[in-house]
Amino acid sequence: MKRDLKHIRALGLIAGLSMSFVAGIGMVEKFNIRVLIEPAVTMGYLVLFVMPFVAGSLAARGVPNPLVEPVRDPRANGISGLITGLIAGVFTAIFVLIIDTFDVTEFFPNMRASTVEEMTFGFGLAVGLVVLVLATTVIGGLGGTIFGLPQRVRRGLTTAGGWVLGFALFEVIVSDIFSFADFLLDLIYAPQGGLEIWSAVIIGALAWWLTARYEGRAKEFALTVRDADPKSRIRRSVIWAGILAAILLPMLLGGIVNELLINVSLFILMGLGLNIVIGLAGLLDLGYVAFFAVGAYGTAVLTSTMGSAIGPGWSWWIALPVVMVFAALAGLFVGTPVLRMRGDYLAIVTLGFGEIVRILLLSDWLTPIFGGAQGIRRIPGIPVPFLGTISGTRPELFIYFMMIFVGIAAYISYRAQNSRVGRSWAAMREDEDVAEAIGVSTVNAKLLAFITGAVIASFAGALFSAKVGTVFTNSFDVLVSIIILVVVIVGGMGSIPGVFVGAFVLIGVLGGPKSPGLLQEFAEYKLLIYGALLVFMMLKRPEGLWPSARRSRELHQEEALQDAWLDKAGEFDDDESGEVTS
Amino acid sequence: MTASTTTPSRKGRRFRFNWVDSFLWFIRITAIITIAVGITGSVQHFIAGEGPTLEQWRDLIISSISTGAMYGLIALGYSMVYGILGFINFAHGEVFMSGTMAAIIPATVLFNTGFWDAQPVLSLIIVLITAMITSVLTAVIVEKVAYRPLRGAPRLIPLITSIGVSFFIQYAFAGLFGVAIRSYPPPPGNLTEDIIIFGVPIEGTKILVIIVAILAMIGLWYFVTRTKTGRAMRAVAEDKEIAGLMGINVDRTIVTTFIVGGAMAGVAGLLWALLFRGVDFLTGFLPGIKAFTAAVLGGIGNLPGAMLGGVLLGLFEGVGPILVLDGLDIVGIDIPAVSQLRNAVAFIALVLVLVFRPTGLLGERLGSEDRA
Repeated sequence: MKRDLKHIRALGLIAGLSMSFVAGIGMVEKFNIRVLIEPAVTMGYLVLFVMPFVAGSLAARGVPNPLVEPVRDPRANGISGLITGLIAGVFTAIFVLIIDTFDVTEFFPNMRASTVEEMTFGFGLAVGLVVLVLATTVIGGLGGTIFGLPQRVRRGLTTAGGWVLGFALFEVIVSDIFSFADFLLDLIYAPQGGLEIWSAVIIGALAWWLTARYEGRAKEFALTVRDADPKSRIRRSVIWAGILAAILLPMLLGGIVNELLINVSLFILMGLGLNIVIGLAGLLDLGYVAFFAVGAYGTAVLTSTMGSAIGPGWSWWIALPVVMVFAALAGLFVGTPVLRMRGDYLAIVTLGFGEIVRILLLSDWLTPIFGGAQGIRRIPGIPVPFLGTISGTRPELFIYFMMIFVGIAAYISYRAQNSRVGRSWAAMREDEDVAEAIGVSTVNAKLLAFITGAVIASFAGALFSAKVGTVFTNSFDVLVSIIILVVVIVGGMGSIPGVFVGAFVLIGVLGGPKSPGLLQEFAEYKLLIYGALLVFMMLKRPEGLWPSARRSRELHQEEALQDAWLDKAGEFDDDESGEVTS
Repeated sequence: MTASTTTPSRKGRRFRFNWVDSFLWFIRITAIITIAVGITGSVQHFIAGEGPTLEQWRDLIISSISTGAMYGLIALGYSMVYGILGFINFAHGEVFMSGTMAAIIPATVLFNTGFWDAQPVLSLIIVLITAMITSVLTAVIVEKVAYRPLRGAPRLIPLITSIGVSFFIQYAFAGLFGVAIRSYPPPPGNLTEDIIIFGVPIEGTKILVIIVAILAMIGLWYFVTRTKTGRAMRAVAEDKEIAGLMGINVDRTIVTTFIVGGAMAGVAGLLWALLFRGVDFLTGFLPGIKAFTAAVLGGIGNLPGAMLGGVLLGLFEGVGPILVLDGLDIVGIDIPAVSQLRNAVAFIALVLVLVFRPTGLLGERLGSEDRA
């Protein structure tokens, strides 16, 4: 009991601190412009009140203990949640009171009067603070109560909530897809943005009903497809359906979504390349953007006639193989000196290489060739017979190029993974000495990984410069390397579908280094979220969202051994394992 | 990590001179030739009376040393954490930034009240203490939240985590303090005036920076070699498990390491405030990487090495571009605006160190698990 109280107190304080933090960095205020459900639910308040909700639900679970099932009882759990919420609310209220009393805007520009106003819901300080504490308490309690509900209800509620949120958050994409049914959109969404309250209720109820009714069947179907023989009819028809959808979809979608998809596929492409280097070969490359830069600048210099002294003005198709060779050489050049380095030295050296490339591209010394800070302009697009030149101005056609190259990269990764090379990468990743001892040439394996990764990045670079038409050094910041790394890690190191998932979730929803995602409001804070996500994934789910089977076995090897040991111990003495927990 | 990084396993293959070795030799020889040609060129320029004068060279060297001393202080944190936990704590640059950023609050307040110029020593001490406390807090929180749960995880996991932590801290500070560059008030009193030492006039702040760095280093050296906690730290660095069996509280010792590293980063924060004055949320990134380079240069895990590496790196990047790159025009390579390549020189120095002498100048000191 005492431990539980301590746990609740800690969670309440953490939730309060997080709420104060998101308020203090101006997140609540900036996100509040976006209304999700008319009139009360805005994105700012959603971000704010997610904290007590999660904390309440964690408090209801009690002190984490893998050996004991948590107690599920709506009332008791609800009370834990309420107390957690109360602590969080009081903490936040005190924070708001402090920034209202003292003027700290000189140092903390986001803790200003308007922040206080948003945090007190415009009710004035006294009433507003009471409302804040009450709301936090109730939401904490709600989190606890929902944790205590029976599983069926809980799942229904989460799916319903998820769908409503999805419709509200991705209003842009929903409107874009269903632009042919304007009357329906006007019905669902309020004129100034956000779901109407009744449409939210209907969407939620519909989602609940549909999943309750069809989830079982859908799962069954997914399992049949998964377990089916790769050559079987069902598997094949699913794959063909996927390909058909990929061909048809861009025609149906509007410009915004296609533009977004191009950005996402750019990162899928780079993610696939980095996945080979990090995920398969286990080499932490933090300067991956350098190869992307080689691809982009190579194409730019070879195809453009402006901004560079060389500028032969070749066609994109002739430039591409040349650029690939350059990238492979760059991979070799970076790869060779780092061959014998410790894994973590490699990280910092590659980071250094990435920066060297950027600094050189920007320097006055090489300005005649690479255009310096001006960059290279007027890069023609990709010439295609019958269709003319395709560049970023025609996203609905450009997307097909992205798809083709993503397909090529995915195919290369897939084949490499399951080949002799792939196995030597896996062996090397596990233990270099042992790999060498059993006859794997680690030199060749490492260089091959670097080169393959570099060539795939050069695809991305070539496509990027054809798409945007202008390349600056800005687009080749260290940030890009890190973001590709986050894509690979969130998706799951060594997992090809994982890269797709990671890129869609991160680049599609949060946005890339320069491009906005679906949630444009996040722009200013996306790197904060990227960082937090990277830490969270490493701590809680190092194998990623869509883990590769081999990788998750490696990471959880110890746990599996422990479980086996516990099972064994349980056979001998059943009640002692119960003692340990109390 | 690999046996191939150490020499003994190489000796067995004396007669196989593969192309990787040739390539490494190619890099080594190119580097040496480039440096030799560059220096010759610069000497020629100097004799011909072109390029910087003797006074300019002297000022350049002194300011490089003081910048290098600051790198050295940050490098200590990298070196200690690497020595004990065996991973690069990328977030250490941000630990340094947090102190530098937070200490701007007392500095500005003191400056506005006039206390800054009236009581320069006291003001600097207040700024120093604020920077140290913030950096220590950041380091300790990061250790507790992000690194402690990962003890014993595969090697790259804490490294990747620290990259995430680094980004989180950067953008958390961007959110809290805003993205604009903030500026420290000018150094108080008559610090900016020249002081004459052995007939050589040197700017007061630079002397102060060097003195503070030396004092911090002496304090740290005393702490690590002469106190019980220091001995515990060395024992944990050597072998965590056995240190634990000998009755050392391993967790607490690791926290102490982060505290000491954070404190040194805080001192470096004060030096930054004196030398460069401007600070924003990205301030920690480059000094962080350079400090790691310095730690590798001196030999990772080796504390005097970190300090030496810092000073050398400061010299490389401060003097190197002008000494080596400007002199290359005698062979027809004319590089305009060499100081733009300053950071590139620092990174090239890192690559060269690792190619020439991966164990660093003074030799690395690593625990039994990391040494292998």
